[in-house]
Amino acid sequence: MAMIKRHWKTLKTAAWLGWQMESNWTQPFLFAVYSILKPIAATMILVLMYWVVINPGYGGQAENAIMFSFLYVGNAFYIFVGQMLFGIFRVIQGDREWYQTIRNVYIAPISYYVYVVARALTQLVIASIAVVITLLFGVFVLGVQISLAVTDIPLFLTILVIGLVGVSAMGVILGGISFLTAKHMHGMNESVAGIFYLFCGVLFPISMFPVWGQFISRAIPLTYWFEALRRVLAPETLQIPTSLTQIDTGLLMLILLSSTIVLVLVSYFVFKGADYLARRKGVIDMITSY
Amino acid sequence: MNYAVETKNLCRVFKRKRSRKERKQEPTKENQKEVVALDDVNIQVKEGELFGLLGPNGAGKTTLIKILSTLLLPTKGEAWVAGHNVAEDTFNIRMKINSVSGGESSGYGLLTARENVWMFSQFYDVPSKVAKQRADDLFKTFGLYEKRNQKMRTLSTGERQKMGMVRGFITDPDIIFLDEPTLGLDVNASRVIRRFVADWVREHEKKTVLLTTHYMMEAEELCDRVAIIDKGKVLVCDTPENLKKTVRRSSTLRLEIDPLKDYSKFRDIPGIRNFSKKVNPETNRSELVFVIDDEAAVSDILSVVTGEGKRIHELRKTEPTLEDVFVSLVGRALE
Ligand SMILES: Nc1ncnc2c1ncn2[C@@H]1O[C@H](COP(=O)(O)OP(=O)(O)OP(=O)(O)O)[C@@H](O)[C@H]1O
Ligand SMILES: [Mg+2]
Repeated sequence: MAMIKRHWKTLKTAAWLGWQMESNWTQPFLFAVYSILKPIAATMILVLMYWVVINPGYGGQAENAIMFSFLYVGNAFYIFVGQMLFGIFRVIQGDREWYQTIRNVYIAPISYYVYVVARALTQLVIASIAVVITLLFGVFVLGVQISLAVTDIPLFLTILVIGLVGVSAMGVILGGISFLTAKHMHGMNESVAGIFYLFCGVLFPISMFPVWGQFISRAIPLTYWFEALRRVLAPETLQIPTSLTQIDTGLLMLILLSSTIVLVLVSYFVFKGADYLARRKGVIDMITSY
Repeated sequence: MNYAVETKNLCRVFKRKRSRKERKQEPTKENQKEVVALDDVNIQVKEGELFGLLGPNGAGKTTLIKILSTLLLPTKGEAWVAGHNVAEDTFNIRMKINSVSGGESSGYGLLTARENVWMFSQFYDVPSKVAKQRADDLFKTFGLYEKRNQKMRTLSTGERQKMGMVRGFITDPDIIFLDEPTLGLDVNASRVIRRFVADWVREHEKKTVLLTTHYMMEAEELCDRVAIIDKGKVLVCDTPENLKKTVRRSSTLRLEIDPLKDYSKFRDIPGIRNFSKKVNPETNRSELVFVIDDEAAVSDILSVVTGEGKRIHELRKTEPTLEDVFVSLVGRALE
C-alpha cells in the first residue's frame, strides 16, 4: 500500500514535470501552433500525396472517398504510435545527455520505470489533442467518413486504451534498450516506426501485400488495433477487403488484449534487465554529446 | 558499531573499447583494455562522521561515490550503505542518501531553481510545504535566495552548483555524498559551503558526510578522518592529525630551482623519504618538495642542484602538512 502511494506520488510529480517540459517551453501561442498546426500540416502532405499519386488511377468517386477515409483514419491514429515509440526514448536521452539529471533521478527512492512512463504520459495527452484535431479537420474540411455510433463508444474507448497501453509498452522496450546505447542510436526506433507504418495497415489494406508481407502484418499486434479502430469508427471502410475481415470483433479484441498483456510483461522485464546491465556497465549517466 | 558506509575488497574495473589503431599495437599501460578504477578498497565510515576521500585526478573517488550512491555496480567485493548492500537493497539505501557532484550543473532549464529542487524533494516524499520552507532556508544559506524564482537556464554555472547543494540537502538525507563540492566555486562560495557542511554534521549527531576533494586544505580543515587514495588504492586512512604525525619526525624541504635535466640523482641520496617535482609553467621553475628523515640529506640535495650549475630561487623548511603525507606516500604532488 505504501508502495502504491509512492508510485502515485512519483507518477504525479513526473507527469507534472512532463507537462512543464512539453507546454511551458514556449508561449501558449507557440505551444498551440506546435501541437495543432504541426499534425495538420503533416496530414496535408499526406492528402496532397494521395491526390497526386493515387487518385487518378483508382476506381470511381465513391470508392475513392472510402479509400481516402481508410488512410486518413489510419494516419491520424498513427500519430499515437509515432509519439509513443519515441516518447520514453526521448525522456531517457534528454535526462541523460541534455539536462543531465538522470543520476539524480535514478538514485531517488522511486521506481524509474514509473517515472519514465509518467513522463511519457504527458506526451500521450498532447498526442491525443493532435489526433482529435486531425480527425475533426478530416471530417469537417476534407469530408472523411467517420461515424461512431453512441452505443459503440465504450467499445471504441476500450480498443483505444488497450492499443495505447500496448504501444506504450513497445516504447518502454525501445527506451530500455536505449539505456545501453548512445544518443545517436535512434535509428532503431525509426526502423521500428517505419516497419509499423508500412506493415500495420495504416495507409493501405494489408491484403495488398504478397503472402510473406501479410505474414509480417499479422505478427504485429498493431495491425489488429488499426483494424478494430476502423470497424467502430469508420464502418464504411469495411468495404475494402483487408484480409482480416473474417476475424470477428470479439476475437480481434482478444488478440489485442492478450498481445498487450504480453507486451507489458516483456517491457517490464526488458526495462529491468537493461537497467541492471546499464548499472553494471556504468553507462547510466553516460554523456556522448561533446 | 554501525557503519554508515563500509566496503570490503571493493573493486571496479571499466572495460574500454580500444580504437582500431590501438588494437594493432602491443597492449601498453595507456591503451590497455581494462581500467582498474578501484582496487581492493576497504573503508569504514562511522555514523556521524565527516569523512574525506583525498586523491589526485583519476584516483577513483567519483567511481567510489557512484557505487555507494547506487549508480554503479561493483565488479568485485561488497559495499554497504546504512547497513544495506549496494548491489541488493538499493531502495532502502536510496531512502537515506543523497548525492551532489561539484562539477554538475544539471537541472531542467525551463523550471525555476525552486521548482527544480522542489521536484526532487517530491521523489523523497517530503511534504510539499516542508520542502518549500527548507528550499527557501537553503537558498538563503547559499546566497541564492534572490534568484530562486528565476528559470534555471538563466543561472550561472556556480549558481547551478549551489542549486545542486540545495537539491542534495532538501531531502534531509542521513548520509550525503559530496563529490568535490567546491570545485570551481569562488573563494567566498567555497567557504560558505565548507562552513555549512561542517555545521550540518556537527549539529546533527547521526548525519554522515562522505566528501571527495583534491584540495588538501579542504580535507585538513573539514574532515574527521581522511583516506588518501591513488590509482584506485587506499594508501592510508586516519585523522588529519595522525596522518601528519607520520611525517612529523621528518621535515619538509621546499625548493624552487631552474629545471634540471635529470632528477633521478635525488633517489640515491640517503635520508630522503620521498620527493615530488613539478614545473611551474608561469615562472618555468621547478618546484620540488622533499620529505626528509635525515637532516644530512639537505646538503646533498643542494649540492646536486649546484653541481648542475642551476640556481636556487627559493628554499624553505616547513611544518608537515597533509600534502607532505601524500608526497611521502606517493612521490607526487597532489595538485
Ligand atoms: N565509465 C568509465 N569508463 C571507463 N573508464 C572510466 C569510467 N569512469 C571512470 N573511468 C576511469 O576510472 C578511473 C577513476 O576515475 P574517477 O572518475 O573515479 O576518478 P576521480 O578520482 O574522481 O578523478 P577526478 O579527480 O578527476 O574527478 C580513471 O582512470 C577513469 O579514466
Ligand atoms: Mg571525480
